[in-house]
Amino acid sequence: MSKGLDYDTLNENVKKTAYAVRGELYLRASELQKQGKKIIFTNVGNPHALGQKPLTFPRQVVALCQAPFLLDDPNVGLLFPEDAIARAKYYLSITSGGLGAYSDSRGLPAIRQEVADFIERRDGYPSNPEHIFLTDGASKGVMQILNAIIRNKNDGILVPVPQYPLYSAAITLLGGSLIPYYLEETSNWGLDIDDLHQSVVQAKMKGITVRAMVIINPGNPTGQCLSASNINQLLKFCFHENLVLLADEVYQQNIYQNSRPFISAKKMLLDMHAPINTGMQLVSFHTVSKGYWGECGQRGGYFEMTNIPSQTVDEIYKISSISLSPNVPAQIFMGLMVNPLKPGDISYQKFVTECNAILESLKRRAHIMTDGFNSCRNVVCNFTEGAMYSFPQIKLPPRAIEAAKKAGKIADVFYCLKLLEATGISTVPGSGFGQKEGVFHLRTTILPPEEDMPEIMASFKKFNNEFMQQYDGTGSSGYSRM
Amino acid sequence: MASSTTKTPPVSIDNINPKVLNCRYAVRGAIVSHAQRLQNELQTNSDSHPFDEILYCNIGNPQSLGQKPISFFEQVVALLDNPAILKKQQTHSLFKPDAISRASQILEIMPGKATGAYSHSQGVKGLRDAVAAGIQARDGYPANPDDIFLTDGASPGVHKMMQLLIGSEKDGILCPIPQYPLYSAAITLHGGSLVPYYLDEETSWGLEVSEVKKQIEIAKSQGITCRALVVINPGNPTGQVLCEDNQKDIVRLCKEEGLVLIADEVYQENVYVEDKKFNSFKKISRSMGFGDDDITLVSLQSISKGYYGFCGKRGGYMEITGFCREVRDEIYKLSSVSLCSNISGQILSSLVMNPPKEGDESYESYTEEKNTILSSLARRAKILEEAFNSMEGVTCNRAEGAMYLFPRLSLPTKSIQAAKVENIAPDAFYAHRLLDATGIVFVPGSGFGQVDGTWHVRCTILPQEDKIPSIVTLLKAFHQNFMNEFSD
Repeated sequence: MSKGLDYDTLNENVKKTAYAVRGELYLRASELQKQGKKIIFTNVGNPHALGQKPLTFPRQVVALCQAPFLLDDPNVGLLFPEDAIARAKYYLSITSGGLGAYSDSRGLPAIRQEVADFIERRDGYPSNPEHIFLTDGASKGVMQILNAIIRNKNDGILVPVPQYPLYSAAITLLGGSLIPYYLEETSNWGLDIDDLHQSVVQAKMKGITVRAMVIINPGNPTGQCLSASNINQLLKFCFHENLVLLADEVYQQNIYQNSRPFISAKKMLLDMHAPINTGMQLVSFHTVSKGYWGECGQRGGYFEMTNIPSQTVDEIYKISSISLSPNVPAQIFMGLMVNPLKPGDISYQKFVTECNAILESLKRRAHIMTDGFNSCRNVVCNFTEGAMYSFPQIKLPPRAIEAAKKAGKIADVFYCLKLLEATGISTVPGSGFGQKEGVFHLRTTILPPEEDMPEIMASFKKFNNEFMQQYDGTGSSGYSRM
Repeated sequence: MASSTTKTPPVSIDNINPKVLNCRYAVRGAIVSHAQRLQNELQTNSDSHPFDEILYCNIGNPQSLGQKPISFFEQVVALLDNPAILKKQQTHSLFKPDAISRASQILEIMPGKATGAYSHSQGVKGLRDAVAAGIQARDGYPANPDDIFLTDGASPGVHKMMQLLIGSEKDGILCPIPQYPLYSAAITLHGGSLVPYYLDEETSWGLEVSEVKKQIEIAKSQGITCRALVVINPGNPTGQVLCEDNQKDIVRLCKEEGLVLIADEVYQENVYVEDKKFNSFKKISRSMGFGDDDITLVSLQSISKGYYGFCGKRGGYMEITGFCREVRDEIYKLSSVSLCSNISGQILSSLVMNPPKEGDESYESYTEEKNTILSSLARRAKILEEAFNSMEGVTCNRAEGAMYLFPRLSLPTKSIQAAKVENIAPDAFYAHRLLDATGIVFVPGSGFGQVDGTWHVRCTILPQEDKIPSIVTLLKAFHQNFMNEFSD
């Protein structure tokens, strides 16, 4: 008698789904760790796991909110500063019974107002809290929106290649079609409108209706920051092709150069004229997991809907309501992130110092890593302009590719597994993100502690040299950018 | 020239995913929107309605109605949110010593001693160890931490199972009627078919295996293969606690029919009657000598209910036993796409399954808090049950467990006709009228499913004890007026 959960009868879409970030390399690394090997996990953007300390002020506020009895205790001032106490009192007053009660399914109204205010300050245009939904991490929001859009496999979603594989996984799970558009590595991972256009034409020929376009800005894994003119072009493109733009902007606080600051898709859209500024549909995503906060474990995020019809908003609300509410502590983290301390607040100086230290260090590490990779044989690496990753291209010699084939592995998986075994550095192979045929990469994060970076890069270089020596023996055909 | 305004926008009601359009979730549906509208009106003008406040009896959200959180749990979570203070001298003047030591213990088993990092996608190993130990202590049978997935509430676990099991509308999931509408919504969203089996109101919402078998056959004849059986024990909205023999029949049925047994046990700590006791389906299966080869079982628990009521933290777990390695890998993969559940909720799951024990400093205060809450819930359940039974044309089974009453209303024909005119279900018509007259929010029974031609409302037992008398008075008065107005 076949059983309910036999492998054969599982939902096919589940079986087809892949998510490399916690896939083969990560599982192998975890196994090796259990066996006692020292592993440096650079497979996921998880700052606190690599020693980044949480910011002090938000933790103080949330701790007070979690245990309101503290606020009644005369000794509370011994452990918590006045402004944290005041802020905690405020947040408790806007919950419907403390952190243990389900909130509104869209998130607490007062916090959504804080998010709206933040967006208005950032972009210069008013924002409606009714169109802002807080979610258990940005990922949940992405799934929810894609679920609303995708009806069947004839619905296509334009996704950048390389991409963060949440998108490919979600589209597969939901039974839609992923339409790739390739970012151009030699132009700093830039977006090519002609290529985009081609992708849509080809999709249409296959009978696919392209419904939405995803952009990740700053990019993951690629780290590029989109220029204003690029965003402008793609907004016009989306409007013309009748696509909803899904703007994943979770790394908007992680910018490591001055020539391309972060500009939100919403601001660019509202800067344009009618009919596009009121006609183009946009959903923007943000999170508390990245930036210099790195509070991944809280699972806090939001999406903002622009120019989405109210009936659609109601349907999306209905889906939110089935899960009752996003977790309340993370909502408070979100409020604190979008509405931080001001000059004059007691904790302001310390807070700003902590934030700047993290951001400056990330910038330094972005450089160390890029330069380090570029000094390696057969490795070229674009600079990490933003986000948290480095995505070097590894020019694998033909003999290595053959060896990989013999071992039954994709070439970059083969390389990354060898790297892991030799050095304990756990990365994600580029094939997990998508890349052009015959071009290989790996993704690592810039998150290991700064003091460990030189050793990590030295360790990588040594491994890479040996690997290239083994599979590209002559030494004269090697290439490096530096 | 074709103008862009005549195009169908990329996402509109005309081209949104029809599964999204078709699903419903009454607990936060139309009645709640109505209530929120009235609440806003009251805020602008306190005289706008014949009542002062909205009394939300629609949702199992205890702390929103004043239920106090268990202090030991609160303290541990607060300390872990701000671990910098664990080593400070002053902390001892604010926190209990065993809360400090438990928080310190938990911090030790968090990788990197970090509480803000993504954890393993099944949840922090050390916390799953604690949950497994708690399951073992509860049931007397071993639990494997690798079988446990810590989730943001129990609801994500339900969604994962539906995703796994449903490939098309030919895949059926057996659900009790009445049911908690997460199940109907999730099945619709994932494109499957809900195969109803009717609980018997006459016999305290009894579950008859013969009824389930009958429904399996009917489904088969419609080309639907049943993949799983959902049992909610204690029941929601119906409140019944299954007896052991019944549970054994269910386990046997699932084994015979090759069904996954999805045991929603989130109300396991909410049992109010002397003659019933909660037994987990895991315990029952193991006591019958059934192991992993005999039955595939998914057991769901949550931190939102019980005596802890931490709805807003979103914590819970599913324990999955009796399935092969490849399937476990798929479940893991699904979990990994969302990375992990929130850490605070994970910590609370480990605390709920591993609370203070005799001899611990906080044991006495913990036990007192727990018993106060549970005995109050039992009293409120009784008072409201009696109130409903005293009303004309209303019968109400007792709430043996969970947090709800589900009285049956014999609605007069005229009210049923009036409802038809307004194009809503008769019990929704009643509920809206009740809300307009009294500010009390009940969820119409049609939101949960019921035998055709019967009408119910679901009412929580959660309003504060001192508010209950006035709720009863308002309710009785309204009901009398309603029956008079629509009498034949």
